Amino acid sequence: MPSAPSTYAGVADVATVLILLSEFAMLRAPLLRSQIRLYAFQSLVVTALAIVIASTRHIEELYVLALLSFGLKVVLVPSLVMRLLRKADLELGGSSALGVPSMILLAIGVSAIGFFSIGSLQVHSIALPTTALAISAAVVLVAFLPIIFRADVVSQAIGFFSLENGVSVASLVVAAKLPLVVEVAFLFDLLLAVVVFGLIMRLHHGRTGSLSTEELDRLKG
Amino acid sequence: MSSILVILVTMPFAVAIASFFIPTKAAKIITIAAGAVAFVLALALVPSAATRSQIVAGSLLRVDALSAVFLVATTFLYGTTAVFASGYLSLSNNDAGKRYGRRFYAGLNLFCWSMTAAPLVNGLALLWVAIEITTVISALLVAIDDTDEATEASWKYVLIASLGLGIALLATIIMYYAGTAAFGSSYELSFTKLLSGAGKFPADVVRLSFVLAVLGYGTKMGLAPVHTWLPDAHSEAPTPVSALLSGALLAISFYAILRYFQIAIRSIGPTFPRDVLLIFGLASLVLASLYLLAQRDLKRLLAYSSVEHMGILAIGMSFAAPIAIVGVLLHVLAHAAAKGTAFFGAGSVVRKFATKDMRKIRGGIDLLPWSGPMFVAAILALSAMPPFGIFRSEFLIVSGGLQDPRDFATVVLVILVTMAFFGLSWFATQTMLSPKDTSMTPGPSGVATLVKGEVSIYIVISMGIGLIALVILGVHPPEVLLRLLNHAAAELGVPK
Repeated sequence: MPSAPSTYAGVADVATVLILLSEFAMLRAPLLRSQIRLYAFQSLVVTALAIVIASTRHIEELYVLALLSFGLKVVLVPSLVMRLLRKADLELGGSSALGVPSMILLAIGVSAIGFFSIGSLQVHSIALPTTALAISAAVVLVAFLPIIFRADVVSQAIGFFSLENGVSVASLVVAAKLPLVVEVAFLFDLLLAVVVFGLIMRLHHGRTGSLSTEELDRLKG
Repeated sequence: MSSILVILVTMPFAVAIASFFIPTKAAKIITIAAGAVAFVLALALVPSAATRSQIVAGSLLRVDALSAVFLVATTFLYGTTAVFASGYLSLSNNDAGKRYGRRFYAGLNLFCWSMTAAPLVNGLALLWVAIEITTVISALLVAIDDTDEATEASWKYVLIASLGLGIALLATIIMYYAGTAAFGSSYELSFTKLLSGAGKFPADVVRLSFVLAVLGYGTKMGLAPVHTWLPDAHSEAPTPVSALLSGALLAISFYAILRYFQIAIRSIGPTFPRDVLLIFGLASLVLASLYLLAQRDLKRLLAYSSVEHMGILAIGMSFAAPIAIVGVLLHVLAHAAAKGTAFFGAGSVVRKFATKDMRKIRGGIDLLPWSGPMFVAAILALSAMPPFGIFRSEFLIVSGGLQDPRDFATVVLVILVTMAFFGLSWFATQTMLSPKDTSMTPGPSGVATLVKGEVSIYIVISMGIGLIALVILGVHPPEVLLRLLNHAAAELGVPK
């Protein structure tokens, strides 16, 4: 590991842990609105992390990336989903196949798997302490839980968006100097995905009059 | 040559924009023209791709023998689907019909544009971007019919496929990290570069990236157990879109996996990548052959047949013999033609009987004098009957597999493919060859009142083109195509 100043490593570790904790908080948030706020907060931490790396490691491109990710993930995506929610006039998320305590226990389990399996890879990073990569793997795995167990389109979509946050952290760790054009292409694609998610969520709401996915059982076999 | 690459990535996009603004009748014509031109241009690339190591246009576009194979498959379906769609869609002349037509043709061309661009772009990151674009566009196309089922299918599709692509994105940046060992911390993710330096990549990191890539892109390719979106999306999408999803989109995702395979074998040797593909391939084949025996829905039947064929592709890649790899690449082409033709036939049947439920479809061959028999032929082609292309490709794969130390996989392959054959041919013969049953009343009119005759001449033409291609691939593939396949198989092999 390069001789990083210890405060820097500390800040980076706190930020990545915050990202993982907000993922856990989403699991226990019953209100859809609070899930969206937590996602916005999580994206804000990712943006802050990018700025810290940009200034400490002198990677100017990351400023551009941080700006774009702020606009997209902290402002645009949450406000789009909020708008959908207001139209749908809904507060609570759909029922969950697992209770909060079991979901949290499961989340601890999968994050331990992610943390130790990726941590054992001995990846050396120029930008961040390597524990950050292990934590980002945990974030990606935990993000699957609301998608699997929550039965409403908003929780599932937010789960996917936060999975993307985990991937963003991983890319800050191992690919901080990825060419900017590629990073922008990734973000542009996320934007497209968000628009399409939103369109299909609206379509779904228009047809079923709810955001629940429990009626989505016509197609099987 | 490089100007062809530029035309191939710009023309479909331009046609898509144009189709949104012009009347549907004109959009039909320019879509057919664009598909035909794209196919001819792809064919024009074949002779040089078969001999040269690569054709580049700028730093962003690149074609080698491997990408040329997938380009030919995709553009072939672009053209034939355009012909089919113009016969399949029956739009009312009111505002809703016009709006549907505009959206449909713009979407269809955009979808084909993204799938044509995927094998043309130079680099793993751009490849990911192109495949992500295929997802968002095709999810909207799946939802376009605006029924309960279509909405359900498109939600499952966009969610599961996006998750898969999230994993694939992780694979991309981890492969980027692997490359920093050879090229320093900032470099371009182009194929030429990655392939040249792959020997110096750290092994564990490449392994992780490869597994994530197979899992991520495998979701879009329809490998079990991450195939679950596939039967829903294939059955609920408008039939032209189903044909493209099955014949081209799955293949393009397979192409992405092959690119990782190519890098991985140069870095960590062939054993690990082959094992991973073998496991996913066997799982897909087992699952699909069982589900094929218990289907009621005609389009779901074809969808599970796609899972089966993707499994065959993955298993084929796990064999060491170069002849098996040639078989796999030929299989990509033959499957595109066969699955396209089968879906065109299914579209004709569904339009005629106004149902997808195979229990309510009887006497297809009496009612559809041309597309009926051709549909049966397409099903036989999918079941690897001679003289069609899939017979040749599966024959190559199996004979390559028998030379492999792991020939148990070949035995399992043959048994499962036979089971799948039973499922496919049982249902196809039931619906098409058994006499029409006048007691059943599907749809508003009932079989008894259905009159003999084709839905549209365009459907017959598109199926005819597909079958001719299948026979050519099966009986006597052109010399230059075989050279292309051999060259591409050599690119995929372990470098000497």
